[in-house]
Amino acid sequence: MDFQLSEEQVLLRDTTRDLLSRTYDPESRLRVVNTDLGWSRDVWSQLAEIGILGLGFDEDAGGQIEIQVVLTEIGRRLAPEPVVHAALVPGALIAEVGTAGQCAMLDEVAAGQRLLAFAHSEPGMRLPTPEVATKAAREGDSWTLSGRKNPVLAGDCADTLVVSAALPDGGTGLFLVDAAAARRQPYRTFDGQRGAQIDFENAAAEPLGEPVDASTAIGAALVRVSAALCAEALGAMEEALRLTAEYLTQRKQFGVTLSKFQTLTQRAADMYVSLELARSMALYAAMSIADGNLDPTIAARAKLQIGRSGRHISQEAIQLHGGIGVTDEYPVGHYAARLTAIEHTLGSSQDQLHVLIDQLGDYEVVSI
Amino acid sequence: MQLALTPEEAAFRDELRTFYRTQIPAEIRDRTRIASEANRDDIVTTQKILNDHGLAVPNWPVEWGGKDWTPTQQQIWLDEMQLASVPEPLTFNTNMVGPVIAEFGSQAIKERFLGPTAALDIWWCQGFSEPEAGSDLASLRVTALRDGDTYLVNGQKTWTTLGQYADWIFCLVRTDPNAPKKQAGISFLLIDMNTPGITLRPIKLVDGSYEVNEVFFEDVRVPADQLVGEENQGWTYAKFLLGNERNGIAQVGRTKLRLAEVKELATASGLLDDPLFAARLAEAENDIVALELTQMRVASGSQGGKPNPASSVLKLRGSQLQQLATELLAEVAGPDALPFDAGDGIASPQWAQHSAPRYLNYRKTSIYGGSNEVQRTIIASTILGL
Repeated sequence: MDFQLSEEQVLLRDTTRDLLSRTYDPESRLRVVNTDLGWSRDVWSQLAEIGILGLGFDEDAGGQIEIQVVLTEIGRRLAPEPVVHAALVPGALIAEVGTAGQCAMLDEVAAGQRLLAFAHSEPGMRLPTPEVATKAAREGDSWTLSGRKNPVLAGDCADTLVVSAALPDGGTGLFLVDAAAARRQPYRTFDGQRGAQIDFENAAAEPLGEPVDASTAIGAALVRVSAALCAEALGAMEEALRLTAEYLTQRKQFGVTLSKFQTLTQRAADMYVSLELARSMALYAAMSIADGNLDPTIAARAKLQIGRSGRHISQEAIQLHGGIGVTDEYPVGHYAARLTAIEHTLGSSQDQLHVLIDQLGDYEVVSI
Repeated sequence: MQLALTPEEAAFRDELRTFYRTQIPAEIRDRTRIASEANRDDIVTTQKILNDHGLAVPNWPVEWGGKDWTPTQQQIWLDEMQLASVPEPLTFNTNMVGPVIAEFGSQAIKERFLGPTAALDIWWCQGFSEPEAGSDLASLRVTALRDGDTYLVNGQKTWTTLGQYADWIFCLVRTDPNAPKKQAGISFLLIDMNTPGITLRPIKLVDGSYEVNEVFFEDVRVPADQLVGEENQGWTYAKFLLGNERNGIAQVGRTKLRLAEVKELATASGLLDDPLFAARLAEAENDIVALELTQMRVASGSQGGKPNPASSVLKLRGSQLQQLATELLAEVAGPDALPFDAGDGIASPQWAQHSAPRYLNYRKTSIYGGSNEVQRTIIASTILGL
């Protein structure tokens, strides 16, 4: 049992933190978020140079602990670059089931020259499972896909889509689709990120690896996204609490700083409790994956705690700030927005609870 | 980072797991699993067995019977003990007065007390709180005035847990009423409960149980060689003690067993099929997993000698989850929680009859050991800088 980062991991954390804090203050972040793309290609190149865009599928770049460390820094600065959705998770899927020829494109992904997206979620799907309504059809050696995917995070700008679709003989397969072959309706999410609804109408598709059931790989990808989101949320919570504590020591009312009011400081202490519980569970998710254990139950456990802590911390961070907490100009509301978006991605807290309820009868004493 | 125990740690865990289940009598563990009150004889018997095997006071210095264990090993020792429903060594002896004597006592006082304290030949109780000194402990007023070779002790202590079994009491007393700061005039004094002038009065609790007491001192003469360390340095020793008091206070292992008990009974009654109840139980289980991982982080992180700031979370959250488990058990009991000690012919099972009293009794956990409001104040000031 060891919760210490290695020297290389500390270096990666510090490098990422430096880059992002140099790049993004609340004002410059808003400027970038409000561009058409919603993020910066320049920052993207720099992330590629550090080796971040190949984490998890490029073995030299590192594994899940590195992803944990980097995503926490992304959450801390609310960096809008779609590292998870445009690179890491679809990249890991390609690396896991793709042919050698298909895996060749991962070099471009890691170099920041090709953008991916994992088109899996469909209308009506709450907690993502491998079963989908989008259909794959075969004619000779060629395949086409038909169906609707929404929301597809980072689907607005992707060059290549990794798409899940029901196979003619049962099971869910994975396909590569040139983004130009699908009808995309891009949009902005409420927290300033980007996504798209993507419709496939007999769109030409290439099986990722063999055209066989890829449910296991899809399940693993979902566990990876979940852990990455937990890591990002952790960074956002940490910064939301830091901002709040700082504000309490500076803002004066009734002639004294807000930190003189126990009704506020006691609540800030409870935010810290929520933060530490969230940290434990985010690390649990990451360390399990690093050990090769891609367990959806662990993902649900972590995401439930992150959902609860994120809700608590974001609500209290706003309340303890007062009115400025709900302005666009001040950052704390944007942290709340991001934490809320994360809770709505890949299953809400209630959805995670359903996963856990279904297993209550399978064991006596709950254990790690 | 590595979640799994090392092979050495896993072997250590397995050894203890076997030890607890084979060396501690099954009837003691069965009683402890379902008991709502401490059983004096079971605690004494168990601590003697542990002590005979060198396992009663691993947190003490090695020369006084301790083990040179890592914090992770200490945690495994405690977790496995709780999971096996083994009564823990008496905390007043092993986590409180023992470490203080070992750290600050004279050689003579160490030799006189540490052996019997580890073996539970002396049952200690804690004389800290007073009617006017609760969270504000430093405002305590029991006086101990030096008179030749003795101290003359007068005043009252309260909330003295299991004082009815105690042979000795360790007290914070005011030896210098004129000290410039109230913290400065306090000393740490060991007193035989059989000394003339001491009266014990039980405090009955809301659940009908008897576990705490008031202790009155009227012209009690205490030999001066029973002072620990230096006169007027007691506040320093008390802070050291209170830091150790948090050891194991999260009670993760026991709460896990309580939740398993809740699940077993709710399965039998069919309540587990109610999604509203299942959601509460699943969430409680998740909460205890998060706390357990936090405890693991604290244990593994304190190896550098500096405590992990997350340690302050353990008492606060641990007490809340202990309370939650009692609430869930009372929920399973439903109307069967109403009868109490109602006799053999009553259909309401014993566990159900004790569920609501235990729920009420466990409101204590967020009050003792530094109330949760005090814990929040510590977090706000020392961690958040507020």
